Amino acid sequence: MSGVRHLYVHLPFCAHRCGYCDFVTAVGRRDQHAGYVEALLGELELERHLLAPRLETVFVGGGTPTYTEPRALAHLLGALPSAAEVTVEANPETVTSELATLLAEGGVTRVSLGVQSFAPHLLRTLERRAEPDDVRRAVSILRVAGFDNISLDLIYGIPGQSPAELDRDLAEALALEPEHLSCYELEAKPGTRFTFAHGAALTLQADAIEGYFERVVDSLQGAGYRWYETSNFCRPAGRDASRRDLRSRHNLAYWLGRDYLGLGMGAVSTVRGRRWRNTPRLSAYLAAASRVQPPDRELEQLDGPVRLRERLLLGLRLDEPLDVSKLDSAIDRPALERLEKLGLAERAGTSHLRLTRRGRFLGGGVTADLLS
Amino acid sequence: MRQDTIRNFSIIAHIDHGKSTLADRILELTNTVTGREMREQLLDSMELERERGITIKAQAVRVLWKGHQLNLIDTPGHVDFTYEVSRSLQACEGALLVVDAAQGIEAQTLANAYLAIENDLEIVPVVNKIDLPQANPDAAASEIAELVGEDAARVLRISAKTGEGVAAVLDALVERVPAPAGEASAPARALIFDSSYDQYRGVVAFVRVVDGRFTHGEPLRAMAQGTRFEAEELGFFSPTMRAAGQLTAGEVGYVITGLKDVSRLRVGDTLTSEKLPAAEPLPGYKDVKPMVFSGLFPTDSDDYPELRDALERLKLNDAALFYEPETSQALGFGFRCGFLGLLHMEIVRERLEREFDLDLIVTAPNVAYRVVTPTGAEVEVHNPSELPNEIERVEEPYIRASIIVPKEYVGQIMELNTERRGRFDHMEYLSEARVLLVYELPLAEIVLDYYDQLKSRTRGYASFDYDIVGFREGQLARVDVLIAGESVDALSMIVHRDQAYGRGKALVERLRAEIPRQHFDVAVQAAIGSRVIARETIKAKRKDVLAKCYGGDITRKRKLLERQKAGKKRMKQVGAVEVPQEAFLAVLDLDGNRK
Repeated sequence: MSGVRHLYVHLPFCAHRCGYCDFVTAVGRRDQHAGYVEALLGELELERHLLAPRLETVFVGGGTPTYTEPRALAHLLGALPSAAEVTVEANPETVTSELATLLAEGGVTRVSLGVQSFAPHLLRTLERRAEPDDVRRAVSILRVAGFDNISLDLIYGIPGQSPAELDRDLAEALALEPEHLSCYELEAKPGTRFTFAHGAALTLQADAIEGYFERVVDSLQGAGYRWYETSNFCRPAGRDASRRDLRSRHNLAYWLGRDYLGLGMGAVSTVRGRRWRNTPRLSAYLAAASRVQPPDRELEQLDGPVRLRERLLLGLRLDEPLDVSKLDSAIDRPALERLEKLGLAERAGTSHLRLTRRGRFLGGGVTADLLS
Repeated sequence: MRQDTIRNFSIIAHIDHGKSTLADRILELTNTVTGREMREQLLDSMELERERGITIKAQAVRVLWKGHQLNLIDTPGHVDFTYEVSRSLQACEGALLVVDAAQGIEAQTLANAYLAIENDLEIVPVVNKIDLPQANPDAAASEIAELVGEDAARVLRISAKTGEGVAAVLDALVERVPAPAGEASAPARALIFDSSYDQYRGVVAFVRVVDGRFTHGEPLRAMAQGTRFEAEELGFFSPTMRAAGQLTAGEVGYVITGLKDVSRLRVGDTLTSEKLPAAEPLPGYKDVKPMVFSGLFPTDSDDYPELRDALERLKLNDAALFYEPETSQALGFGFRCGFLGLLHMEIVRERLEREFDLDLIVTAPNVAYRVVTPTGAEVEVHNPSELPNEIERVEEPYIRASIIVPKEYVGQIMELNTERRGRFDHMEYLSEARVLLVYELPLAEIVLDYYDQLKSRTRGYASFDYDIVGFREGQLARVDVLIAGESVDALSMIVHRDQAYGRGKALVERLRAEIPRQHFDVAVQAAIGSRVIARETIKAKRKDVLAKCYGGDITRKRKLLERQKAGKKRMKQVGAVEVPQEAFLAVLDLDGNRK
């Protein structure tokens, strides 16, 4: 069996924790950044035997990776294995020409910017630090530094966001001509500070927001983007001068059910039917590293049926038909027939299955239906 | 014991007016039990009875007082068991009519008092709870005196709780209640006024010997049903079982029959000796028929065999319970059960859930209908979906309802009864403040939420009782429900034509709220035959996705979808529509405003 070709690296530090965020993060702690990076590299050494000689993708996510103390960040990027696609997540207000140079010199090929919105009052609701101008400046700095693969993250369904405001956000994002866009509906998790503050407003807006997803897809497809995954869009290969496939190769690895190694606190790995999650506690993670031991991990054994179900639920998120010839036992046949009749799922050839356009808008429920 | 020293009596009282406490005091005062043996409210032996404050199964206890044998025959306390009450009363010559000094007479007391009067019982009126601060013994005494046509001065005033006046009650029983008549030398006859089932000894009959004598080991026969058995043991309760060689005219006791099924020995039947049988049974036997029906389905269809076994076992103890297998396209395999009334239904359901640990879906109750088809055939329908399309005539059971309320609520009661197709019969003042209203109503109008409405419109002051008075023709129609064009049997209902539109509309509105949005528009229609009378649309979902799914999310998202799928599996599939089980109960509270 050849090694793992996809590496995720988690940099948890942020200047501030946004109200809606449910990622593993740590606020501030600039004095710990260097130590954390050392710990990461320690974990990399411990797990290096799992990796293939050549990696396809590296993804540095957060947190706010670009909030990491620059020397520590540079050290990390220099020490990570190289790969065809190296993505780093960045917040617009952290992007400076120094940072852009640091990233470029560190072998980064792709930057994913956490924009979320261009409307100042919506950014405030989300507790984002960036101003709309920061986004435009960041994109420009990155372009000047030579980055030709930029992705923008947008959030829609923000409390108080009108359909017109959504349209404006989309238009502003498109004006920056990103290679890639990720658009997520805001998830107000029960029990969070955000839901406490805005839950009532969201309930009032629920009916309107239900149409936002369609609006996003319509706008971006209208602008020529490919809706290649439930929440992800890219410029199609034919429209790009270099005829590149601009889908996120790293994320595609998840959706195609490939193995991946995750380093850092809270990071998840899936290798040969085993999945583990590192401790989400910074102190515990650092302590394990100081003993040159792997961090505490929560282990999950993925048995055959589970792997098939995951293959199905991940594969159906994509626009390309899924080969289901080996997934028969994971599929509820009568449900599939019902869904076909309802025009939500369709066969492609004898062995492939995909969701129709309407089926993709209802992808969660449709996939749940399909599971045996 | 000489026949002229025997006194047989019951206690008639509303729930909570102190019947059990008085019975306990009587047992203590007559040294039938010592204080140490005393378990509170000894006569109510079942857990459920104690909790609900009602008595399901009668027993009889023998006590001795000043050279007399007093037999206290306990009566079931509720409207649904009127027939059993009437048999218990028939076993007596007298009755203590107990009224709470603070509450006054309630409708149920009234109904049972009338039953006692019809049975020519000597009524000994008693006002209880005179020790309560809010007691108004004079008002209660004058209400009760008015009711039984007694001098208010003859109304006894007691506190069963403290024991005050209880000895005087026993003296009054001896003085006022006549000794049993009956011929000691005639062929033996005994009235079965109750029975219960013991898993080791079989059916135990509670009897009042009217004529002659019954002896241990003697072959016996139940005259109406023809059931034959041997008296394996005879005896009486005092307060526990005491075997005796014989039971003679006037006495009350038990007969252990060894029969394995209570339905073979019905309340109201007459026992006689097989060797020297009586020529005529005692009057008044009737076969009680269930009037209220409902479907019982296990929430988990795997529990069907457990439900069947549980019903079989309940039936051993409850001759009035009726059940037959039923298959609903929506709820799967279950049973259509027949009950004497709403309380009976409630008790059966609770016993199934509590004693047998079953999780049940109980469909909306309906009444029995008598249908005459155009060909002249007569059928009894227990399930709305069985109502034939071609009908010459439908008859439904009617009740005579007695409602007692403070006079300021008369208007509300009249309004409610008019809404419920009631016909006013008469009204009388029980006292200056309280009024008795008598109405005739279709039973179907009270099986859903009548009692709740009665209570809420009178701030809980109304008390209510009813008797079945027979079947009458009604302008009735079956309203069917169609979900996405598919008719759903479990949601059919039979309603008066004038109410069909209103109830059909209310039902489809409720269903729209209960059925989750699907991946397509779903029409919910109410129809009479092929004519749609109401329609609602459940709009399709426009969006239903898990926005993010990356490496760290996969396990959680998978579990989410697996749970969602499990939830879908619990729903009932009506065509392509997933309908939650709760939706099938929507018809239960159509007039409520839960949603």
